[in-house]
Amino acid sequence: MSTTNMDLLRFATAGSVDDGKSTLIGRLLLDSKSIFADQLEAVEATSVSKGYDYTDLALLTDGLRSEREQGITIDVAYRYFATPNRKFIIADTPGHVQYTRNMVTGASTADLGLVLVDARQGLTEQSRRHAVILSLLRVPHLVLAVNKMDLVDYSQEIYEKIHAEFTTFATKLNIPDLSVIPISALNGDNVVNRSENMPWYSGPTLMHHLEHVHVASDRDLIDARFPVQYVVRPKSDEFHDYRGYAGQVAGGVLKPGDEVVVLPSGMTSRISKIDLFDQEITEAFPPMSVTVHLEDDVDVSRGDMIARVKNAPEPRQDIDAMVCWMTTTPLKPRQKLAIKHTTRTGRALVKDIQYRLDVNTLHRDQETKELGVNEIGRVQLRTTVPLLSDPYAKNRATGSFILIDEATGVTVGAGMINS
Amino acid sequence: MARCGAMTQTHSDYRLSQLDQLEAESIHIFREVAAEFEKPVLMFSGGKDSIVMMRLAEKAFYPAKIPFPVLQVDTGFDFPEVLATRDNWVNRLGVRLIVASVEQALADGIVVDDGKTSRNRHQIGTLLNAIEENGFTAAFGGGRRDEEKARAKERVYSHRDEFGQWDPKMQRPELWNLYNGRIHEGEHMRIFPISNWTELDIWDYIGREGIEIPSIYYSHQRSVFERDGMLLTESEHNPCREGEVAEERTVRFRTVGDLTLTGCVESTASTIDEIIAEVAVATVTERGATRGDDRFSEAAMEDRKKEGYF
Repeated sequence: MSTTNMDLLRFATAGSVDDGKSTLIGRLLLDSKSIFADQLEAVEATSVSKGYDYTDLALLTDGLRSEREQGITIDVAYRYFATPNRKFIIADTPGHVQYTRNMVTGASTADLGLVLVDARQGLTEQSRRHAVILSLLRVPHLVLAVNKMDLVDYSQEIYEKIHAEFTTFATKLNIPDLSVIPISALNGDNVVNRSENMPWYSGPTLMHHLEHVHVASDRDLIDARFPVQYVVRPKSDEFHDYRGYAGQVAGGVLKPGDEVVVLPSGMTSRISKIDLFDQEITEAFPPMSVTVHLEDDVDVSRGDMIARVKNAPEPRQDIDAMVCWMTTTPLKPRQKLAIKHTTRTGRALVKDIQYRLDVNTLHRDQETKELGVNEIGRVQLRTTVPLLSDPYAKNRATGSFILIDEATGVTVGAGMINS
Repeated sequence: MARCGAMTQTHSDYRLSQLDQLEAESIHIFREVAAEFEKPVLMFSGGKDSIVMMRLAEKAFYPAKIPFPVLQVDTGFDFPEVLATRDNWVNRLGVRLIVASVEQALADGIVVDDGKTSRNRHQIGTLLNAIEENGFTAAFGGGRRDEEKARAKERVYSHRDEFGQWDPKMQRPELWNLYNGRIHEGEHMRIFPISNWTELDIWDYIGREGIEIPSIYYSHQRSVFERDGMLLTESEHNPCREGEVAEERTVRFRTVGDLTLTGCVESTASTIDEIIAEVAVATVTERGATRGDDRFSEAAMEDRKKEGYF
């Protein structure tokens, strides 16, 4: 098996220990043969020493000693497995402690979100919250895994009820693609292998769905966006006049000959060539890291953006965004923070907090004028430098930013631009 | 397809293979650090992961030279083949090499030898001292999240306090590809550009790029003896103890570290393709198989990381 031609699916899992999330991940890793003998032996030994009469697959994903001691998950953990055609990166986010902050983090790079519910409990406040966060983060594909079907006698009726309830709830959210799969992580039903206990279910197994869900079309290939990250100037004899603008394509397709505008200056030029290491390439598209050359000697530096002349974002300093707040000191109007958007860094002033979103009920609370830790709200910012942004719904790379506390240097907020 | 030159062709479906996506992500991280940090350094162990790091750094800034030096912590017990490969890479890329010697640190009293602690552990003090002395603000490391469970939770930008310590409970949230490189005086950031690569990805990439790695990764004859279920190299630094018998075997190394602690495996894999075939069906993790340093306790890596290990 070679990984060279595989494609990649990044997905985020949400759910608490009680929903069987760790067991499910353990099952995916085990059944895709991503678990090594020494790892499995360690888990078997621990299971025996704890007096379990089964191998606790959840132990496979246990991380730090303090977590093992407390039986909780502190932080986002990343896991890897592969099947012959696809590599998977799982952002495994804990369900309880600081759930929102960690889920937002895990969901920010995910193509797919996997929410677990316990078939015996049905939809809970927590599962709704997970779906809301995935939808806010514009994760394009959502899977609701109805787990522990073995404990409800593989009842079709119970599955249908949860399916209907969730589908109704999901109409209020932005979820372009939704699947609901009945599973038993403990026994492996419909995880990798089709369950013989649920002949009434004709859909794909979870693994089949993960392997085949189409993610390539989720990218924006229309609106060319190239945030300049680094100016490459070798100043060597061989490459005396070389001046290239290095960065990662954030949207659209760039080609030599394209008429482009450099923002925020507004200078126009044409792409003369695009380098990928020592090769000249004919097209660059997301998420390629390339080096772009312009025909004219215009002033370009880090933080600038190269876009098409007739399709460029408008530089703006007044930003309307959904912000997830991640630290214990609340966010308040008049607060000043550092902001990082693409490769551009500046300062931001909180002009107003319009409302706080209750992620359980979707209620907009306009009375509260501050955001506490793990809360999400609509915020107006004024920035010192113009941001070259798109709505987050259109482009996750040019529509997102982070907020940094200037005194501590800690990342305290994550923002998604509305317009 | 997807060999080096394949990118020049038109992608009708604009699809990037997972290995190309990983490469693009890592290059983005290298450039971001070079742009935002005053004094970065690349920690180079000579192992396959740090060689992939050198290749990615080469690509990130080409045709300019890599805009930061390379730091190696010399345990005094390094494999000579590894040092030879290191020198070839450093010379070809024209980068500055800084060697921080554990022996020198011991002699200077920067780290104290209690007679029980391994050279691997002494690397921590030596490394932190080198970072402090040179005033490095960012140090690239070749850690991968698939290696070990403490690493699975570590950020790409991993903050270290004035004592070089990692606090897993106080990690900064890391969202999208927006990395936060803010540090205070005396602190530094560890940067892990290949966090999302797996062992198999590393080998596929080495194969695809056709780059030089130390010869000990390939099958060769070596005088080895068995200790704690591992095959260790017989040498003056690592003599056989009573009851241990050295014999010639056909072996190769899966990881490269301190010669006294790094075991090899019996293998006839003498090409990258044969290594990839072997890794793809391996039943034991690379560290579990051959790293004495990770075996002392279940939380061995976690403890070393907190103190400031790579």
